[in-house]
Amino acid sequence: MSTIPADLKYTKDHEWVRIDGDVATVGITQFAAEALGDVVYVDLPEAGSTITSGETCGEVESTKSVSDLYAPLTGEVTEVNAAVVDDPSLVNAASFEGGWLFRLRVEDGLGDLLDAEAYRAVVESA
Amino acid sequence: MTRQTALSGIHESLGASFTDFAGWRMPLRYGSELAEHHAVRNAAGLFDLSHMGEIEVVGPQAAALLDHALVGDISAVAVTKAKYTMICQEDGGILDDLIVYRLEDDRYMVVANASNAETVLGALQERAAGFDAEVQDRRDDWALVAIQGPQASAILAELTDADLAGLKYYAILETSVADRPARLARTGYTGEDGFEIFSDPADAPAIWEALSAAGADRGLIPAGLACRDSLRLEAAMPLYGNELSTTTTPYAAGLGRVVKLDKPGGFVGRDALAAVSEQPIQRVRVGLRPEGRRAPRHGYAVVDPASGETVGEVTSGAPSPTLGHPIAMAYVDQALAQPGTRLEVDVRGTHVRAEVVALPFYSRHR
Repeated sequence: MSTIPADLKYTKDHEWVRIDGDVATVGITQFAAEALGDVVYVDLPEAGSTITSGETCGEVESTKSVSDLYAPLTGEVTEVNAAVVDDPSLVNAASFEGGWLFRLRVEDGLGDLLDAEAYRAVVESA
Repeated sequence: MTRQTALSGIHESLGASFTDFAGWRMPLRYGSELAEHHAVRNAAGLFDLSHMGEIEVVGPQAAALLDHALVGDISAVAVTKAKYTMICQEDGGILDDLIVYRLEDDRYMVVANASNAETVLGALQERAAGFDAEVQDRRDDWALVAIQGPQASAILAELTDADLAGLKYYAILETSVADRPARLARTGYTGEDGFEIFSDPADAPAIWEALSAAGADRGLIPAGLACRDSLRLEAAMPLYGNELSTTTTPYAAGLGRVVKLDKPGGFVGRDALAAVSEQPIQRVRVGLRPEGRRAPRHGYAVVDPASGETVGEVTSGAPSPTLGHPIAMAYVDQALAQPGTRLEVDVRGTHVRAEVVALPFYSRHR
C-alpha cells in the first residue's frame, strides 16, 4: 500500500498539497509515481505565471507515457523545484519531499482538496 | 479472458507490475525499468516470453510450404539454424515478422508475435493446402524464458552441458537446461548476446529459478516488457504494430533483404512485392535524434521546418536509457531520409528539432 502522509491534502488527480499559510507546495503522490514508472522529464508552470484550479499546468513524462499535471488550486506560481527539473527521478524516489514540483501563493481559497482518508479511498478504488 | 503464463506466480512473488499484452497478463517491470534496461546491457536480464506463439510445420513438404507461405528462402535454412522473416498478404502488406527455426529436415518451429499468433496460424493453415505437411498449433506446449546480456552465456553455462561457444547467433539446439529438456536458441530482441529457452510450461519455473540463482552474483535480474521495448528500440528492431503493419511492406521498413523474389514457385505476396521493389518508396524508416529531453511518441507528426509540411510520422519513441537522450523511429519522405537531415517533431503542440540519424542507435559491436 503506498504512503499517504496524513498531514497533506490531495486531489483526485493524484497531486498532493502542503499548505503553509498562503503558500502551497505541490507534487504528485507516490501512487501516481509508481503508476507512471520511472519519471524522465517534468514540464512545470513558470514562476510568475498564474494557474487556475482544475486546469492543466504541466506534464510529467515517464519512459512509457505522459501525464497531465493539474493545478490543485488557483494562484501565482512563486517557485519551481530546480532539483526535480534536473533530476526527474526524485519524483519516484521522494514523491512527497525532494520530488516536490512547484509552489504557489493561494488566491482563491482551498476549495475541494481531499484529506488523506478521502484520498486513500480514491487510490483504493483506482 | 486474460491468459497467464506458467511463471505468473513467480512474477507475483517478485512484486511485478503487470500489464495486459495481447490478452496475456505479463510483467511490465519488477522494480525500475531503467535498472532492468541497464542490467541487460551491463550484466543480464531474465524475461518471460511465454506469450509468443509457437507453430510447428512438419512433413516431407514443410520446407516447400514455408517457402510458399513466407517471403524468405526457408528451404535454404540448414538444420539447427534460424531465420528472421515475414509473412505477408497477397498485396504485400506485412501480417507478422517471425523467426523460423529448422529443427530437422522436415520439422520447423515458427515463432510469431503474441498479438498475431492466431492470424499467422490461420494463414499458414490456409497456405498449407496442397502441401504434404502439417501446421500444428503448439502455443500451449511451449513456455519461453529468455536470458539476455553480456553475462548470459556465463550464467547459462552453469546449467547446461550444451556447447554454448559452438551455438552461434540464429542457431538452435535441443538440449537440457537445469536438467529439463529445452530447445535453446541464440536469438533475442535486445541487441545483446543472449538465449531463448523453449521448454514445457511445467518446467519453466524450475528453469527460471535455476537461472536466477546461477545469475545472482553476476548481476542478473528479472526484466519486464517495458525494458524489452526500450532495448529493442535502441537496437532499431521493428515492433509489429509500430514499424510493421499490413499497410507497410518490408521494403519501406528497410528490411527488403528478407524478401527473396526469385524463389522458384513464388510465394504469397510475390507479385505485389516485386512491383513495390521496382518503384521508388514514398516513405522509409529512419532514426531520429531529437533535441532536448522529451521523447517523440507513436503517431506524432514529423515536419519539414523549411515548408511546415508534415513529411512523416513517428512509429516508436522513448528516452534511451543507454544513450541518455530521446530516440525515435519514423517513416519519413524518402527525399528527407538522409542522415543529417534536420526535421521537427510535433511533440504535443511544440515543434522539437530532430536530426535524422543512421540506425541502429546502439550496437554492442561498436
